[in-house]
Amino acid sequence: MSASIEQLSCQELVELVTDYLEGALPERERDSFEHHIEGCKGCHEYVRQMRETIELTGTLAPADISPEAEAALLSAFRDWTSR
Amino acid sequence: MIAALRARDERVFAELMRMYNASLLRVALIYVATRAVAEDVVQETWIGVLNGIDRFEGRSSLKTWIFRILTNIAKTRGQRERRTVPFSALERPDAVPEAAVDADRFLPPDHERWPGHWASRPEPWPEERLLAAETRAVVERAIDELPPAQRAVISLRDIEGWSSDEARNALGISETNQRVLLHRARSKVRQALEDYLTEAM
Repeated sequence: MSASIEQLSCQELVELVTDYLEGALPERERDSFEHHIEGCKGCHEYVRQMRETIELTGTLAPADISPEAEAALLSAFRDWTSR
Repeated sequence: MIAALRARDERVFAELMRMYNASLLRVALIYVATRAVAEDVVQETWIGVLNGIDRFEGRSSLKTWIFRILTNIAKTRGQRERRTVPFSALERPDAVPEAAVDADRFLPPDHERWPGHWASRPEPWPEERLLAAETRAVVERAIDELPPAQRAVISLRDIEGWSSDEARNALGISETNQRVLLHRARSKVRQALEDYLTEAM
């Protein structure tokens, strides 16, 4: 509708996805972002894929401490407490 | 937790290690070149935590305080190794432009009707493959291959589930830079998923 909406190309939109998902877009830009993805199949899908990516990353197990590191640190702890 | 640590409660110390050790290691790797040195830095950090806990005043969260100790130690070690480049990755991530999606996926800027619109648009991913273990391995590999600052941010935010404030405090960077790093990291992981999920379709 407005000029700013038409000015937001798909190539520009993909660079704003994180700002959008993080709630960091100013209101006007957010409106044109949402307007764009409502009418653009490619960008609609792109935003969905970014959400799926985040969700999938969230299913990875947080990295654990290795048993060797834990043993070394606990022994450092015992040194510290016995001082 | 702070009181228990001051009282030399080993279980609490072990719990803290389990919560933060891996994240500390990832953040250390932003500043130092090798995993061995990063492990050293993390060990020194825990000793710093123990030595400093009696003086900890609670002006920041315990988590932020621990990461500050790490960052100080890691920076000193990094400087000794003369690794100055990585700091710009944290402090000026915008200095080197990086596109979320390859330019050749879009119509050229001088296209008469649709400049910058998709030339080959993303296609929906097959739901059932998204949940497969191999797909998760693709995500893991993509994260492993990221530059250290991007890897640290996406791990803290999307794997560990930290808020943006927690992540930027731990790294001592601005909200904007945190978001730039997160954006680049997520964009690359998405691309890796797209490459993997569409090649066999």
